Parts: sequence; structure tokens; C-alpha cells
Amino acid sequence: MDSVIELWNALPLVVQILLKIVVIMVPLMLMVAYYTYFERKIIGHMQVRMGPNRVGFFGFRMLGLGQPIADAVKLMFKEIVIPSGANKLLFVIAPMLSIGPALAAWAVFPFNAELALTNINAGLLYILALTSLGVYGVIIAGWASNSKYALLGAMRSAAQIVAYEIAMGFALVGVLVAAGSLNLQEIVLAQQGSPLHWFWLPLLPLFVIYFISGVAETNRAPFDVAEGESEIVAGFHVEYSGMTFAVFFLAEYANMILISALSALMFLGGWLSPFQGAGIESWFSWVPGFFWLLLKTFVFMFLFLWFRATFPRYRYDQIMRLGWKVFIPITIVWIVVVGLMKVNHVPWWFN
Amino acid sequence: MSFEKFLFYLFAALMVGAAVMVITRRNPVHSVLFLVLAFFNAAGLWMLAEAEFLAIALVLVYVGAVMVLFLFVVMMLDINLAELRAGFVRNAPVALIVAVVMMAELAVVLGPSRFGLDSYAAPSHRPADYNNTAELGMALFTQHLYAFEIAAVILLVGIVAAISLTLRRRPDTKYLDPGRQVTVKAEDRLRVIRMESEERD
Repeated sequence: MDSVIELWNALPLVVQILLKIVVIMVPLMLMVAYYTYFERKIIGHMQVRMGPNRVGFFGFRMLGLGQPIADAVKLMFKEIVIPSGANKLLFVIAPMLSIGPALAAWAVFPFNAELALTNINAGLLYILALTSLGVYGVIIAGWASNSKYALLGAMRSAAQIVAYEIAMGFALVGVLVAAGSLNLQEIVLAQQGSPLHWFWLPLLPLFVIYFISGVAETNRAPFDVAEGESEIVAGFHVEYSGMTFAVFFLAEYANMILISALSALMFLGGWLSPFQGAGIESWFSWVPGFFWLLLKTFVFMFLFLWFRATFPRYRYDQIMRLGWKVFIPITIVWIVVVGLMKVNHVPWWFN
Repeated sequence: MSFEKFLFYLFAALMVGAAVMVITRRNPVHSVLFLVLAFFNAAGLWMLAEAEFLAIALVLVYVGAVMVLFLFVVMMLDINLAELRAGFVRNAPVALIVAVVMMAELAVVLGPSRFGLDSYAAPSHRPADYNNTAELGMALFTQHLYAFEIAAVILLVGIVAAISLTLRRRPDTKYLDPGRQVTVKAEDRLRVIRMESEERD
């Protein structure tokens, strides 16, 4: 063990950081791949179908577990078609602009009490700034494709994301007022005590609004008007094929996982054990905090799929109404309420 | 050259380059994207100056929201660039004079005689636990509270004015009240009747 640590310390700093990034990215990409598999499987079962069950490994079907690998290989070998009249450079850059922020946001994410790539003071601001950049990929893709449907999708997406980002930002302002810090590590520690100390209870309206805005930000059903298969074919990525399309796909799922993990972190106590304060915490002290974080994240990831299988697509004017006239006023009122609770040291959470 | 200095020159060069591209590109969408790049590098420079709140707020507000709306508008407009460039040669000398005068004024005000190292010593590096956001908040909400609140009220007046200017009554739109929409029941719209079959006449 000592020799391993010595070897690690002997590596140059850049290599150490790169290795850490790889350690975060590889499981994330695997999660994205298998998230698509579970999406098809779970929605299949909700609609009384089987979902993918043919592709396996080494001649065994294994419930179709080989499907994501087969899909990835297929997409990698497909031709990338660039439409005539498209702006070639921006057309190729757009998917990268879409996935970059989705991955870079993990740089400040704390996986347990000690483990994070970086532990910076303005972590929450950094995440807020990066998630607001993802929209550029969509807009540039829509414009550079030189296609009516793609441009329509990009326009819808831009208007929707600007609307919901404000609600999302205000929900996070509530979190930072409650925690008194922008540091994600300290936000988790501020929720210590028991599941009733977690921020989901004092910030319940903000919690609900944050997650729904997150669904809208990632352009997922029932807010998927940017893709809107039945209206504008596939929206902003209608002209994309092969790996360029796959990168958009990866970005969407990486963003879903990020929103799920952030919801778990800020409202459900992150890596804190759910048995804290219940008297049986010591029974579960051997469980790593990362496990609890993963469990909470999976709950939200499942919600994304559940929404998609349950709700019909929102009408566009209703999306705008919900964002501007319902969510933003509620968040503003609740920020004042949180401030009053904090000033008056309301027992349990803020004393 | 230290790494920090290298980063400073990198960000500064990229920013100036991007700013030049903003005014020389023919395509307005490209100009907006170069402006985004310029903002990004400005944020990088502020980060080097240990003003992380300003840097991230610049990305969040300008890149994440304002420029998205900008791009939105520029994509929708059909801008005729030939028309925009028509008076360029005739106006160039005037613009040049204005630019030179502004540069000279800036040099006089911000020059080394007033802001040189002997008037203002270079600030020392802050420790790692220094919280720029908290310090900024403390200054804004104590020392500069009045200025802060007046700015907030002016912004509010601006929002109200913008809304009142664009708000118009449009009785001809067929707006549906979603609250009433969701309470509609089948019986309100549809009547199922039972009747005998009739002879065709």
C-alpha cells in the first residue's frame, strides 16, 4: 500500500489531476450508457413491453445488457453527414459545447466528506454558471444546421432555458441562504442531524421547483418541446448523425445525472446517512457515504424516466406560463420565508 | 515567466483577439460568439485577480443569459450587412478621432502618475480560505447599502417601465385560461343520448 502511495506522489501534478478526472469520467460514462438501457427497460415495463432483451455477451442474452455497447459501436461507425449550406465549423463544435459543461461541472462535486476533485469556496456559483452554458450547444446546433426544424427547436430551447434558469437560480439562492455557504461540502454538512434536518423540508417548494426546472433545463419529457418528435421531427439535432448525434445524446444523459446528483446533494443531504439520528446509525457506519449519495441520485434518475412514461408533452405557452408566472414568484416568496426563518433561528434547522 | 503571468497574457491576448473579431466578422452570429469568447477571457482575467465572484457572475449573467438572448435575436433578424457598412469609409475619420481622444483621456486618468505602483502598492496574495463572495456581500450590505438599494430600485423601475411599454390589450387573441381548462369535465362538452334508430327518408 505504501509503495502505491509513494508511486502516486512521485507522479507530476498534471498527471495526478488527469488520473483523477479519468476516475470520475469513466464511471460517469458507463452510468450514461446504462442509464439509456434502464430507460428503455423501465419505460418498457411501464408500458407492458419487455424493452431490449436480445443483445448480450458471448452468446448469452443476459437481459439485453449488451445493448448500450452495441448502440455505441453502431453510432461510432456511422457516417457523419454535414448538410450542404451548414456552417461546418460551428456544426461540429456544437456537440462539444453541449457536453463540455455537463462534464466540467463534476469538478467541484463532493462524493463524500473528503473526496472531490477540487473543494472551492464558490462551488455552487461555478455549477450554476456551467449549467447555464449548456444551452449554447443547442442554439448553435440549431443555427449551424441551416434547417427550419433545427432552428425552431433551438429557438424553443433558448426561450425555455432562459425562463427556467431563473427559477433554478433562485431555488439555489434559497439553499445558500439556508446553508450560509457556497461551498458544496459545507452545504451538505449544514444538513447534518437526521433526514428531517435535510433541506427538503424547510425548502420544500424550492426543492420541487429545482427538480422540475432541472427536467425542463435538460429538455426532457414533459418539457421536450426542443425535440418535439411529433411537431418538429427531432428539433435541434435533426441534421446530426453518427458520433456527433451520440455526443448530444451523451450530454443530455450526463446532464440528467448531474441534476439528479445535485438535487440529492442540496436537498437530500448528499452523502449523509439516512439513518442519522434514528439511534441505529452505528449499525450502518460501515456503509461508505458515497453509497448513500448514489442511492439518492438513483431516486431522482428514476423520476426522470417515470415522468417521461407518465406525462404528455406540455403545450408551449403553458411551459412559459409555468416558468414565469408560477415558479419565479413562488421562489421569490420562499427566499423571503427562508430569510425570516434564518434570522429568527427557527428551531431544528436554523438554531 | 511564472505560470500566472503566462495565463494573464494568454487570456489578455485571446480577449483582444476576440474583441477585434467581433467588429470585423461579416456574419453577426459569429460576432456574437466571439463576444462570448471575449467575456470568457475577461472572466479568466478577473479570476487571476482573485475576484472569483465577479468572474463567475460575468459568465453566469452575461454569457449564460444576456448573450443567449442576443444570439436569439441576431438569429431571427435578417441583417443586410452591405447596408450597415455603406457609410464606413466616410465615417471612419470621425470614428478614429473619437477613439484617439478616448484613449488619450483614459491614459491621462489611469496613467502611472495616478495609479502607478508608488501611489497604490500591488495587493498581496490572499490566503486560500479568503472568501471573495462573502467579503463582497459584507461591503455591499453595510458600507454601500444605500447605493446598492438605489441601484436595485432603479433596476426595478426599469423592469416595470419595460413591461408597461410592451404590455398591450389584445382582445382578439384566443387565450385559454389553463385553470379553467383543467377543470373541464366530459359532461360539459359531450352529451351522450340514447335514441331509436330511424328510417332513412
